Amino acid sequence: MATNYETFEYDVLVIGAGGAGLRAAIEASAAGVKVGLVCKSLLGKAHTVMAEGGMAAAMGNVDDRDNWKVHFADTMRGGQYVNNWRMAELHAKEAPARVHELEAWGAVFDRTKDGKILQRNFGGHRYPRLAHVGDRTGLEMIRTLQDHGIHQGITVHMEWTIVTLLKDGDRVVGAFGYDRERGRFKIFKAKAVVLASGGLGRAYRITSNSWEGTGDGHSLAYHAGAELLDMEYIQFHPTGMVWPPSVMGLLVTEGVRGEGGVLRNKDGKRFMFDDIPDNYKSQTSTDPEEGWRYTQGDKSARRPPELLTRDHVARCINREVKAGRGSPHGGVFLDISWIKEKIPNAAEHIKKKLPSMYHQFMQLANLDITKEPMEIGPTTHYMMGGVRVDGDTQMSTVPGLFAAGECAAGLHGANRLGGNSLSDLLVFGKRAGEFAAKYAKENSAGQVSDAQIEAAAREALEPFEHSSAGNAGAEGPYQVQHDLQSMMQELVGIVRRDDEMTLALEGLRRLRDRASKTLVYGNREYNPGWHTALDLKHLLTVSEAITRSALDRKESRGGHFREDFPNKDAEAGKVNTVVFKGTDGSMQLRRQPVSDMPQELKQVVEEMK
Amino acid sequence: MSTVTFRIWRGDADGGKLVDYTTEVSEGMVVLDVVHKIQAEQANDLACRWNCKAGKCGSCSAEINGVPRLMCMTRLDMIPIDKPVTIEPMRTFPSIRDLATDVSWNFRVKTKIKKFKPRAPDAPDGTWRMQQEDVDRVQEFRKCIECFLCQDVCHVLREHHKHEEFIGPRFLVYTAALEMHPLDTEDRLPELKQSQGIGFCNITKCCTKVCPENITITDNAIIPLKERVVDEFYDPLGWLWKIIRPKS
Repeated sequence: MATNYETFEYDVLVIGAGGAGLRAAIEASAAGVKVGLVCKSLLGKAHTVMAEGGMAAAMGNVDDRDNWKVHFADTMRGGQYVNNWRMAELHAKEAPARVHELEAWGAVFDRTKDGKILQRNFGGHRYPRLAHVGDRTGLEMIRTLQDHGIHQGITVHMEWTIVTLLKDGDRVVGAFGYDRERGRFKIFKAKAVVLASGGLGRAYRITSNSWEGTGDGHSLAYHAGAELLDMEYIQFHPTGMVWPPSVMGLLVTEGVRGEGGVLRNKDGKRFMFDDIPDNYKSQTSTDPEEGWRYTQGDKSARRPPELLTRDHVARCINREVKAGRGSPHGGVFLDISWIKEKIPNAAEHIKKKLPSMYHQFMQLANLDITKEPMEIGPTTHYMMGGVRVDGDTQMSTVPGLFAAGECAAGLHGANRLGGNSLSDLLVFGKRAGEFAAKYAKENSAGQVSDAQIEAAAREALEPFEHSSAGNAGAEGPYQVQHDLQSMMQELVGIVRRDDEMTLALEGLRRLRDRASKTLVYGNREYNPGWHTALDLKHLLTVSEAITRSALDRKESRGGHFREDFPNKDAEAGKVNTVVFKGTDGSMQLRRQPVSDMPQELKQVVEEMK
Repeated sequence: MSTVTFRIWRGDADGGKLVDYTTEVSEGMVVLDVVHKIQAEQANDLACRWNCKAGKCGSCSAEINGVPRLMCMTRLDMIPIDKPVTIEPMRTFPSIRDLATDVSWNFRVKTKIKKFKPRAPDAPDGTWRMQQEDVDRVQEFRKCIECFLCQDVCHVLREHHKHEEFIGPRFLVYTAALEMHPLDTEDRLPELKQSQGIGFCNITKCCTKVCPENITITDNAIIPLKERVVDEFYDPLGWLWKIIRPKS
């Protein structure tokens, strides 16, 4: 019997409604094509709302020395020169126009004295560059796009999930999914599909990502034959909350350390002094007193080691915990309260400088940061790797399939600068929408075979079959998900080794086997157990891609650190890692030379060194 | 560690009942953690919405011991746990399943409010100039995370079911943010008075009390809008002036 499903036809189907997806849908719709937008949650709840700092755009409102060239050079330096230079160039050039556009759509940014959009300093950006709204810039951005988008004739399917992409020959021509409310199957026929599904933090136990961050876009693209790039580069932010359990992974801003906060192990030792990388020795203080003066604005003082790069600080914290010198809940202590030794009215000072952190710890941890140290540890924050796309059009290696935002790769190279994510969503969301619409206009609709749909439906319903078969000894999807997250955290986390990652590959084989047998209870209506079971396929796919890519890169660079190869290697820095699905269905890997920058961009990089 | 009973509403549009789940809780847990624990260990198919777990997305709205709150921001030490803790869906909206309700009405209402319409740019490069003090009050409204707890608690919607005649506090705040935006040139007062029913609000401030973002909904958004509507439609001197003012 044929599966019962409802069919929708669009010119462009956008999957994901965070910043990139909304911007893509708005652009495609403006080009005059019929657009459908599918999102796993309600509209306006995507992970974009969590972004705090701001969006980087070289508008020069605060420091007029800023321009696209400086932004370009900063982005390439931060990414350790394995970025897609074309994306970095377009991003730096187009970000200011995208920010102004948001203002024209109703966004209300903080202002400079002369009434322009205010910009703030951030790590790795030479000049104040981040347009922002207090510490809730992501919310402002998503709400602006949402409120503009709902008047653009876009059809939004909220709380619908795509399970697989549909193909006609080599080309992607649609998608298969279900609605969460009733669990009914939906077929989308589309001339072009844009993936804007965000990240994959849920592959790890400690993450700031919500249930949605299961790498859907990465996995959908991979199984449709697209190539994934740079999957070894994951940004672990050094300071996430570790206690109470409800907020494990929630970010603690870098500003705490900027205001004089120090990191200590359980013995009270400031362990960051123990490991200062050679190339930072000249600019890092070895004297606590000097470090304190730096945080208080003394320009002659050098920075304290707590303010070294994110990847390094995260690794040092990890080392302390592994050596048994951690805090009671598996982190280390971040202490700002100690500054009462230095200044009068320290409690008031801290509340004034760090209001949201004070509030966050009071409300969630019942802890007064003006009196006690916080417990923090590294948290999985952002995926630099993703679908390999053309820098100009955002089309993947599969015709008709586009990707933008966190699920696409290239802009950030081995390490993303704070503030470059929100601007990434706007610049490349717009480009993906524009070129997907163009592609849709130039191509007719493809054919979707019933066999493909039947196969997808069968696979989606499999977890229920296990239940009715009364599988003794089998388990629910949550246990498998939990074990996968713990394993990735332990074996392919911040510090990686050949032997551990080899173990992880074996572990993934076992987990795949367990995932194929999970039991799901209840019916298809709003059943999170079923949804978790279906998401396991994506999590397993991206976990394997991360592990294989990380095993192959025998050096340390940006978000990828190998204990057995702790240094950068010039030769390894000449290639990007690509994974793809082989003809036999197994994951294949190849190294691809980093594309050479044109002379004028090389010159920009040299000038800014 | 202690053992606590949670009385969670299970059911759908056809009806349902409170079901007791007893589970171990530990220090620092919030209500959403408990729901997740029960979901993972005892009821895999327990439906609930959540995303950020940090009070920033407004997905996990529910009624905890009868009080509308975000589950992710309600610590167990903020509520009595020596007796069963009741967790129910938002009662103003139709049930989908368990703790998930059909809030689609809110999304439909929003599309009916006239969109932002800025004045011509102030500078030749297409940008505008605004002072911080002129955007402060709009920024307060724009903190809204659309959790719809204010809609849930509003008696005009909850008890009187005026969904067709009244847009509710959330969308009065939304309209206020547009009306008070320094660049906006649109006029939304006729609809506020007519189809959007601002007169139904009798400023009991229940919405302000439950707002997790501490937006002073009634005082800063609704009352000023009511004043504008009164000025526009009910001020006799204003009427007279409109009739006799010199035509230019």
